[in-house]
Amino acid sequence: MVLAIETHELTKRYGNQIAVDALTLDVKQGEIFGFLGPNGAGKTTTLLMLLGLSEPTSGTARVCGYDPTREPLQVKRLVGYLPENVGFYEDMTAIQNLTYVARLNGIRDSGLPGKIEGLLEQVGLLTEGRKRVGAYSRGMRQRLGIAEVLLKDPRAVFLDEPTLGLDPDGTQKMLDFIVGLGRDKGITVFFSSHLLDQVQRISDRVGIMLKGKLVAAGAIQELAKQKLGVDQERFTLEEIYMRYFREGVPAQS
Amino acid sequence: MRGLWAVYRKELEDHFSSTRSILLLTVILMVGLVTAYTVGSGLRNVLEGMAKPSLVFLLLFTSTGAVFSLAQFIAFFGPLIGMVLGFDAINRERSARTLSKLLSQPIYRDAVINGKFLAGLTTIAIMLLAIVVLISGIGLLVLGVVPGWEEIGRMFVYLVVSVIYIGFWLALSILCSVLFRGMATSALATIALWIFFAFFMALVAKQAADVIAPIPSGASVSPEAVLKNDQVRSIISTVSPVILYSEATGIVLDPLRKTTRSLVLMGPMEQLSISRFQSPLPLIQSALIVAPHLVSLLAITVVCFGISYACFMRQEVRST
Repeated sequence: MVLAIETHELTKRYGNQIAVDALTLDVKQGEIFGFLGPNGAGKTTTLLMLLGLSEPTSGTARVCGYDPTREPLQVKRLVGYLPENVGFYEDMTAIQNLTYVARLNGIRDSGLPGKIEGLLEQVGLLTEGRKRVGAYSRGMRQRLGIAEVLLKDPRAVFLDEPTLGLDPDGTQKMLDFIVGLGRDKGITVFFSSHLLDQVQRISDRVGIMLKGKLVAAGAIQELAKQKLGVDQERFTLEEIYMRYFREGVPAQS
Repeated sequence: MRGLWAVYRKELEDHFSSTRSILLLTVILMVGLVTAYTVGSGLRNVLEGMAKPSLVFLLLFTSTGAVFSLAQFIAFFGPLIGMVLGFDAINRERSARTLSKLLSQPIYRDAVINGKFLAGLTTIAIMLLAIVVLISGIGLLVLGVVPGWEEIGRMFVYLVVSVIYIGFWLALSILCSVLFRGMATSALATIALWIFFAFFMALVAKQAADVIAPIPSGASVSPEAVLKNDQVRSIISTVSPVILYSEATGIVLDPLRKTTRSLVLMGPMEQLSISRFQSPLPLIQSALIVAPHLVSLLAITVVCFGISYACFMRQEVRST
């Protein structure tokens, strides 16, 4: 079994504040892993460290077999990142934006227009491809961000709050899309969210972060057994999560 | 290299297609053309009927037109070009959240700042070359004088020195864009530094020289004291790129000037010899006089860029 992501005691400290505390988790290749937690729990910081955009204070991580601190270029070649508020060059069209990112990834110019058209069609933006991104709505930006992430044929994608601010139709499409990535293409999806019912719908496993510590990780079934009892047939991730949340961070390290 | 090339290409496209650059170029071209035509006509009137002296082509750039000479015009507006190209280089990407997108692609982090600086330098070089060639063309039409090899050589050196000089202001504005989050703040900081160097540095140098090597007031003023005062003043003012540039280009563009010292301090015999022996210097000799200036200009530009490079590489990048 190939591990797409593994971390060992990964820690990030900003002065006296601990943003991520001794995080140890692993994610298998092709798995959809939901990373839960309240705002400020350290989810985004973890994502940044796994990408090599932020240097950990201590601990190690391996993404697709490479160390993001020492071999960031290898990691960035294989991993696509969709941040919470994705930015584009507002004066350029969608096609121009995607062309720029493709060039940065070393994708050759020949065959690029066809590839970009194919991606835009996949995310439903083919007709708006020549419009300036400045005129795009939030849902369109998210879809363009997904197209951009797929440009490099990634082995894993990191998504930070992918459905935040989307209308119900957009949310459903995004969730279907994420499931398709994992099931059909075998791409590992590591996404963070606090929209628990959506996470429950699509994740294979989840991890719960509170104040920088990973308090639970595993399939939702297992967590339900641990927290709510063996005989519970119907449970929501929300119930499990609120139990953890109310208990707070356990005292021992 | 691939990341650097991609960033360089995109930034260059931006510089030549953005509204801001087009406006700037239009303004500069307008003023340049008007001044060139005025200077050209003025020169033609002055040289009417005379056997054309050699090296008249360079006079196109150094004689005063309507308000200023072309060399003064480039000395004044050049820093403006550098500042406009660089003041929002990094902080615009940061506020549009495109910086974290750039850095999550498989490129080296320094490709971003190197690409922006190189694209800015290329734009400056192309703009300057265009202005100089355009003005030379007008000169050819109006004056009917073709430049010789010596003059072309001097024009080339002048171009190189000007690109380095404007490159300093580009590096300075990029440094401000790295250090300050707001684009308006970095623009104001760069302009403030320019105003200081352009207008106040001469005063500061004079005051400092008066403190360090004062000229004793009184009846007998020894020439050594005056000379020392002037030497200290000129050493202090080499800190200012504006003064370095104006001295360097003054010598390069005017083959009859053999020294950077002001006329006031020369004795009567020296002034006589300058007016008597009007033989122009060959290019190599002129270049030798200003070699220290050129090296200093290059050095401060590189140091300025080095500081912005170091600061940029250490900054934390978050998109939220």
